[in-house]
Amino acid sequence: MVENGIGASLRRKEDNRFLTGKGNYTDDINRPGQTHAYLLRSPHAHATINSINISAANSAPGVVAVFVGQDLLDDAVGGLVCGASVTGKGGEVNKAPPRNVLTIDKARFVGDPIAVVIAETLAQAKDGAELIAVDYTELPSVVSTSGADQPGAPQLHEECPDNVALDWELGDKAAVDAAFASAAKTASVRLINNRMVTNPMEPRAAVGEYNSGTDEITLYVTSQNPHVHRLVMSAFMNIAPEHKFRVVAPDVGGGFGSKIFTYNEEAICAWAAKKINRPVKWTADRSEAFLCDAHGRDHVSTAEMAMDADGKFLAMRVSSQANMGAYLQLFSIAIPTLFHGFLLAGQYTTPAIYLEMRSVMTNTAPVDAARGAGRPEATYLLERLVDVAALEMGLDPAEIRRRNFIKAEQMPYQTPVVQCYDSGDYDASLDKALANADYDGFAARRAEAKGRGKLRGIGLSAYIEACGVAPSAAVGSLGVGVGLWESAQVRFNPTGGVTVFTGTHSHGQGHETAFAQLVTERLGVPVENVEVVHGDTDKGQFGMGTYGSRSLPVGGVAIANACDKIIAKGKKIAAHCLEAAEDDIDFAEGNFTVAGTDKTMNIAEVAFTAYVPHNYPEGVEPGLDEIAFFDPLNFSFPAGTHVCEVEVDPDTGTLEIVNYTAVDDFGVLVNPMIVEGQVHGGLAHGIGQALLEGCVYDDDSGQLITGSFQDYCMPRADNLPSFNVDYSPTIPIHNPLGVKGCGEAGAIAAPPAVINAIVNALGIKHLDMPATPEKVWRAAQAAG
Amino acid sequence: MYNFNFHAASSLDDAVAKLGAAEDGTVMAGGQTLIPVLKQRLANPTDVVDLSGIAELSGISASGNGVTIGAMTTHAAVANSSDVPAALRAVAEGIGDPQVRNRGTLGGSIANNDPAADYPAALLGLGATITTNQREIAADDFFTGLFETALTDGEIIKSVTFPNATKAAYAKFPSPASRYAMVGVFVAQAADGVRVAVTGATDCAHRGPKLEAALSANWSPDALDGITIPPDHLNSDIHGSAEYRANLVIVMAKRAVAAAG
Repeated sequence: MVENGIGASLRRKEDNRFLTGKGNYTDDINRPGQTHAYLLRSPHAHATINSINISAANSAPGVVAVFVGQDLLDDAVGGLVCGASVTGKGGEVNKAPPRNVLTIDKARFVGDPIAVVIAETLAQAKDGAELIAVDYTELPSVVSTSGADQPGAPQLHEECPDNVALDWELGDKAAVDAAFASAAKTASVRLINNRMVTNPMEPRAAVGEYNSGTDEITLYVTSQNPHVHRLVMSAFMNIAPEHKFRVVAPDVGGGFGSKIFTYNEEAICAWAAKKINRPVKWTADRSEAFLCDAHGRDHVSTAEMAMDADGKFLAMRVSSQANMGAYLQLFSIAIPTLFHGFLLAGQYTTPAIYLEMRSVMTNTAPVDAARGAGRPEATYLLERLVDVAALEMGLDPAEIRRRNFIKAEQMPYQTPVVQCYDSGDYDASLDKALANADYDGFAARRAEAKGRGKLRGIGLSAYIEACGVAPSAAVGSLGVGVGLWESAQVRFNPTGGVTVFTGTHSHGQGHETAFAQLVTERLGVPVENVEVVHGDTDKGQFGMGTYGSRSLPVGGVAIANACDKIIAKGKKIAAHCLEAAEDDIDFAEGNFTVAGTDKTMNIAEVAFTAYVPHNYPEGVEPGLDEIAFFDPLNFSFPAGTHVCEVEVDPDTGTLEIVNYTAVDDFGVLVNPMIVEGQVHGGLAHGIGQALLEGCVYDDDSGQLITGSFQDYCMPRADNLPSFNVDYSPTIPIHNPLGVKGCGEAGAIAAPPAVINAIVNALGIKHLDMPATPEKVWRAAQAAG
Repeated sequence: MYNFNFHAASSLDDAVAKLGAAEDGTVMAGGQTLIPVLKQRLANPTDVVDLSGIAELSGISASGNGVTIGAMTTHAAVANSSDVPAALRAVAEGIGDPQVRNRGTLGGSIANNDPAADYPAALLGLGATITTNQREIAADDFFTGLFETALTDGEIIKSVTFPNATKAAYAKFPSPASRYAMVGVFVAQAADGVRVAVTGATDCAHRGPKLEAALSANWSPDALDGITIPPDHLNSDIHGSAEYRANLVIVMAKRAVAAAG
């Protein structure tokens, strides 16, 4: 048994620097001669730009340069792109309206950048921006998801008639309609998946620097995927060729999806650094983060279920509209379609599913992937619908789920919506969750609460997600423009220490610890002798980055495969040194041993020999440094059941989550403590969406009302209970490490569990998120 | 933030003089409202006169009749003082977060008169008296409107005197996001009668005569049963409609009475 290997709850190696203030974030980076950029943004949701006069700004004190959109076009800088194309009804590919780095013709949301002022100090840049005179003609705006495609709605882009970017369908409509026509019972719910502002603790930032001696640009940036940033900015935006362009994503304080994408400000810093031949720095303030970071979710849906007389699901029909915001983002068109529709089967055997999804443009910030990305929307819709179905059937919510679960022995299971699940035991996780939550004792607890004037409710959520994104061929065939493999390089240093280069990026997930544990498990090297390096295109090989709970299921396997290459080469070296045949060499816990003897050589000695090859096998290259790329064979499918129990104060509508039980199937846990932390964080995210968070734009003016934490309510510690976290693992056949990924599960599972509990407490059919005190109070009053 | 001239006043007279000499000056107490406003470039004063160095403005002194609290006394100091009655300590303890309570001051809060601030309800509920460098002002006359007070140009709050009450309590329904009072109700029973003050519900903290009459007749949560607050002039925003706030006024008043005993 290797110490500190897989399964050890090792304290995070990276926390020493984070907790002692030694982290190195983008805003901590200051380069000699650095200037500061400030963006002038549209105060209007929708307006024609007639003219921009920058002359006063240009001559303001400290101002180095002022640029507008045309300046970037003149330098052949490309616009921001959508990296996926999805084919909708009638074989029609989604519309992709162009987006300039600085908008030229029109402003399409409040915060749309118009011009950039670069000055010696940030204050001078702001002063300069106040001197820019923009002549706008205000236009009517539309912010509402359901209103965007209505007759008479203001049009954002010529390329998108009726503001529809994509009209997409999935599944067999005729089969579904036929099932509904003959169903014994049907259930229906109309629901809103509320828009969220992702709000990582660290706002986005960028520092661009140009070296005129080497003609190289370096961009320090808050990115979840520095190689992808470089690729997009090089291939589509023409900032610099990849070999002359270094992108560094140093310590990053949370991303949750919002730092996957390439943004205007980042491109400006990289481009302008060369243009003015001085470093350019930009750091978002929190207000800019609210206005301009990609938001998440924002669907309006009607979901229906057809059932037989026993409550067995026969077919499901969904009609949805997804808000894309003012421009398509890097992956936004894929989120409500591929990452949402393909999960609509959930844990159930529903044989026929049909989804219509219209993706619409509105005068709001762009919407793209955010923690869970499509899967929370699918899970919320499905798990709410299942509870409504239980209500219609007069069945206990646990019972209707059991009757419809895919059984463990049916794995692998091909759903009617593309995904083929490779493992899972949904009955097992439900049973464990019900036991851990004392589901049977709920009636007594409800009665006791009633005596205190409180309405107590319990709710379930049996979720599944597809993560470990993703098999490249599969996503390629669906229109995603990149491969989604992952890479790793495992390098022994001559004195036995190991440096691991991963193509993933850690922005809070604890990779430096978990990946080191993987290497320790595989190679038997003490965990303190393993250093994980990420986030710099000049240090490591190309990698695809971190999102979609992919780092361990994809990046971890790449590390393990590189370790296996090390072992294979080490065997040749050990066999030579130990004077044995290569086939007779066993490797275990860091030692190469001649089978059946006590002749042994530690891997550190082998590494030293590889770098000082005085006595060395013929034909074997010196050095011990291996690289591996891994393309997954399938998505991974974490799943589980969560149980939420709430108490509502009917006088005020406030509620308390009194119990929260999570039972998750993540396969093998590398570091259970980190996994539990990820579950906690995900639950905070999901509970935040269910109860507190909701991004609101004013319908008339298009102004962002929830533009600060004064109005946008993030979950705080006192909003959350002490979580009861447990596991019910099954082993995925497609993942060599047996791992599934855990970063998004809580955010996916929690919203329906919480709302189902509230609905149960109030004895009503549905309540939209966020379940604010006033909404709950009104529902409680109406329910009597 | 725009540039401004910063002055650290050494005395109240010094502060008044510096303020008088400024083209468009403002005083700064704890800065918990002023600094965020300055950072967002929503204000552009020529001069900021900092009151934090004036020793006479800080401190808490109790007498047989009540307690006098210096204007520059922080919320944390009030919350932690054994000289301050429990209901008032609870008000201070419920303001903002520890950082705010360690910087924010009583005088700063009431001079700003945010419609969702807690202290105005306590001053009105306890019938406090505000002492400035020029005069004494009854709390009932002090809070005049949305971010408006009876203070005149160059007038600086020195202290606030809270008379003793027999029973008192504050019940606050915090806005989930900001944790300011969506509705806060302060109730007090004293020798000269019952006082009820409501904050958060309208554009300015105010007395609740209907509630006072009911509680004067019967000091009990039940006394408020059946009373309804017309929502006509109540605040309404994304966190709570006027109707919801009207409900909260009664619920919080009942809870305050219950807590006061």
